[in-house]
Amino acid sequence: MQSPGVGVEETGAGPAGASADAPTGLVLTRYEKYAEVAQRRGSLVVLVLTGIVASFAFDSFGSVDNLRNIALTSSFTAVVALGMTFVILTGGIDLSVGSVFALGGVLAAWGSEHSVLLALVLPLVVCGAIGLLNGVLITSFGMAPFIVTLTTLLAARGLDLALTTEGSVVHVVPSGSHFATMGQGSVLGLPWPVWIAIGLFALGTLLLQRTRFGQTVLAMGSNEDAARLMGLPVARTKMWVYVMSGLLAGFGGAMQAAQSSSGVPNIGVGFELTAISAVVIGGTLLTGGAGTTGGTLAGVLLLGVIANIINQLNLSNANWQPVVNGAFLVVVVVIQTYLTRRQRL
Amino acid sequence: MASEAIAPRTLPRLRPGWMQDNGVYAALVVLLLIDLAFTDNFVTVDNLRTQLIQVVPVVIVALGMALVIGTEGIDLSVGSVMALASALLPTYLGYGVVPAVLVCLVGGVLVGLLNGWLVSYIGLQPIVATLASLIGIRGLANIILDNQADIRNGTLLDLGANSVAGIPYLVLIAVVITVVVAFVVRRTTFGRQVVSIGGNRVASELAGLPVRRTLITVYVVSAALAALAGVLATARLTASTPNTLGNLIELSAITAVVVGGTPLSGGRVKIVGTVAGAILMQLIHSTLIAHNLKDSAAQLVQAAIIAVAVYAQLGRKA
Repeated sequence: MQSPGVGVEETGAGPAGASADAPTGLVLTRYEKYAEVAQRRGSLVVLVLTGIVASFAFDSFGSVDNLRNIALTSSFTAVVALGMTFVILTGGIDLSVGSVFALGGVLAAWGSEHSVLLALVLPLVVCGAIGLLNGVLITSFGMAPFIVTLTTLLAARGLDLALTTEGSVVHVVPSGSHFATMGQGSVLGLPWPVWIAIGLFALGTLLLQRTRFGQTVLAMGSNEDAARLMGLPVARTKMWVYVMSGLLAGFGGAMQAAQSSSGVPNIGVGFELTAISAVVIGGTLLTGGAGTTGGTLAGVLLLGVIANIINQLNLSNANWQPVVNGAFLVVVVVIQTYLTRRQRL
Repeated sequence: MASEAIAPRTLPRLRPGWMQDNGVYAALVVLLLIDLAFTDNFVTVDNLRTQLIQVVPVVIVALGMALVIGTEGIDLSVGSVMALASALLPTYLGYGVVPAVLVCLVGGVLVGLLNGWLVSYIGLQPIVATLASLIGIRGLANIILDNQADIRNGTLLDLGANSVAGIPYLVLIAVVITVVVAFVVRRTTFGRQVVSIGGNRVASELAGLPVRRTLITVYVVSAALAALAGVLATARLTASTPNTLGNLIELSAITAVVVGGTPLSGGRVKIVGTVAGAILMQLIHSTLIAHNLKDSAAQLVQAAIIAVAVYAQLGRKA
């Protein structure tokens, strides 16, 4: 339970506010306006700046091939991070996505040996069911999202191992299967996974900003008790958010399986941390209630660009990547916290 | 103002009650009885000793985690700190065992200072601050020691493998640390401050408690214990493996703490319960394996048991 004072502050003058408009009844100083833009669009600004610097620093960075590659590798993370954005906006967390991602890939590859339809339906049904289980345990049983999704992290990985004879069997997508097109084909020069990620983000943005569901997500993230007292369907919305996260993680895994033509059982370990990092870097507050899907997309791309730059640097040691990612996460969140606090004064 | 930086607010407060306080011991007894009846050669001195040795790193990490969770925080970075210590150990072993271990502990303390500073002064949520450390420190460990290195130092190998009066050194160390931490929690001002901050941080601030200092100390202790666990685990494995050591141990430690009766919402710290929780999870796992369940199935059952245990602690919803 949070102290009431905090809740009041957050709903009263929350940085990004539940609505797209500036908080009504408050005249913002110029500094506060900049602070708000920096908080909400910070990741985009950093992304653009990093991109510009990188394209000057490395000849190959700005090449179409390289950018396409960044987009392709980011598209899987993006799909998972989209679901995570909604979960975090409600003030929850979903640690199970890494395992669910791997499970989705294995199920899709296994299904593709039989039919394309099965390859798509199977991961969605199973991973959606895991999301539903998360949602039910959290809403109906009142258990902490952290613990619930931790157990499904273990359970989904167990299921994944059980399906692949303790991780030793790698199901391969049959050559010539239309399912592989979903991961490997491209339209107008962009790979399918990128189009899919863009489409899902467009839908997600509409859902968050233009529907009653999205407004409920934001409202309950700001103050769940207040949202409930207003008569918003808090429990139902929370349930759907976890189902969405499970579905998207499973679908992301299926996309990955289509792209690599195989369902690798051991992938996705620690993937939940990447997704959470992207969401947080994108300006969504971990306490919920404020954030955007566009920010998450920028956060995902930023992580992708950093990875790419580190590759280009040709460091003798690829282990610098997590160090930079961790440092980046801290810097961005510290700036966010600082700006948020200044705004509230 | 500062209290929004404590923990995800959705974590419900667990209800104190008999199940929460003693459920873990009851479960432990029941499990041992089941093993006595149905698992051949399970409840033997040799096997129990092996189980205890295996659970030592989790216990040591979980003790620090219990303090952190007591302040309504969380420390996700412990596995990476173990890896960092494991990477530092062979790198500095040339200077002797004691200096090398000290360097490992100092490395841990530095990470703890960073976590604590981010949480208390900057006001980051513990989950974010320690998540960043989790990601970054593992990379750092791999930079210090790419790949792995064998430990050939006699003293360290002794520490990992030998025992005194039938009790392995590792278990002895874990017992000593448990006693110290339990004493600190129950009998010192610091211990009361930890519980007080977890109970109500704002009130603790208003009451004039050194909240920031206490928080930093808690994260430093957690990281230092994790570093020690890293050293001990490395000694037992006779090899330093920064790439894999301590992977996901934060989850085992958190589970041990919660199953042991410390609520994630802070304000209570159960030290003996935490140790019992770690042992319980270890015994469940090895019991399942002993009955020829595959790793995957064991993982499923374990997940279900955690869920049930945590739910049992919730009590009836108000």
